[in-house]
Amino acid sequence: MVELTLPKNSRIQTGKTWPKPEGAKNVRKFKIYRWNPDDGKNPQVDTYFVDMDTCGPMILDALIKIKNEIDPTLTFRRSCREGICGSCAMNIGGINTLACIYGMDEVKGDVAIYPLPHMPVIKDLIPDLTHFYAQHASIMPWLETKTNRPAKEWKQSIESREKLDGLYECVMCACCSTSCPSYWWNGDRYLGPAALLHAYRWIVDSRDEATGERLDELEDPFKLYRCHTIMNCAKTCPKGLNPAKAIAEIKKLMVERRV
Amino acid sequence: MAYLTDRKRATGWGSAKSGTQHHWSMTISAVALLILIPLFIFTFGSILGSSYEEVSAYYSRPFPAIVAALTILVSFKHFNSGFQILIEDYVHGPMEKVCIIGMTIISYGAAATGLFAIAKLAL
Repeated sequence: MVELTLPKNSRIQTGKTWPKPEGAKNVRKFKIYRWNPDDGKNPQVDTYFVDMDTCGPMILDALIKIKNEIDPTLTFRRSCREGICGSCAMNIGGINTLACIYGMDEVKGDVAIYPLPHMPVIKDLIPDLTHFYAQHASIMPWLETKTNRPAKEWKQSIESREKLDGLYECVMCACCSTSCPSYWWNGDRYLGPAALLHAYRWIVDSRDEATGERLDELEDPFKLYRCHTIMNCAKTCPKGLNPAKAIAEIKKLMVERRV
Repeated sequence: MAYLTDRKRATGWGSAKSGTQHHWSMTISAVALLILIPLFIFTFGSILGSSYEEVSAYYSRPFPAIVAALTILVSFKHFNSGFQILIEDYVHGPMEKVCIIGMTIISYGAAATGLFAIAKLAL
């Protein structure tokens, strides 16, 4: 059954307010979700003040600055710093996005940073994406062939290759799936926008020979049909992709092969 | 708590190999309602506020009676299918099946009541 309130031990409390940097004139306030599995306390929101004159322009720059100069216990994932690895996905100012390509100027007022919504939290801004990755693996994210020739390069026309545009760019950051209310309520069974976008990427690939099996595997009231075209996925995708459209295309193929 | 692998949790019971029929029938009933609802508003609206005798005479004509009957029938079919999705979204466990059965009874009951009322007016 859907839960409208957080369990008692998940309710967020006011946390520590860290001192303002001395002598700084251009200061910005950051309110950041903190939770440590080892201390047995409820989650809390800590307040940090960052000197913008000595900070880079992106949200990730501020997080790294906080970790380096204010509070080394602040925990978050980051790697490439250019929107390719998908590690630094988090909820910034109410929007799921990548901290490395989200500009400080895109947030008005105080900057509120939380982990991706409705996922188990490992620590601070780090969600547990185990199930999300397992769902991705379940859609067979690889080229599946039955013909053993040609033994080397499999050719694709320019038109066929163009069908993969808007699909192959997904970096699996989980911003879309964790913004989807259907995924919140039924994430155990609904594959979610990211896995379904990847499923469509292989369904529409002209070289793949398992199209029928892929569609068979997706034909399920929960795996696919929990998508109600809410479109949060398309709105939030930091790479500008449209998973909702990919899901709609899968639904069209499902109908087309039987009607 | 069970010691399941991540992959087994994600795969679950596998595909139910159904869902498209439900989706397609919802699409068809939605298109049908797109035509029926304006026709129903047009026919029902034109007689709204009239006396019982006038309404009875109006619905004894085939066109308004058939439009009203089809609107009620298709609307409640669409309602039933849509509400089933809603229940599946938010209610889990044994209550899910109880709610779906209850909603189906209400939908068919309401459709039958509507059809009976139109038949009574028309005949």
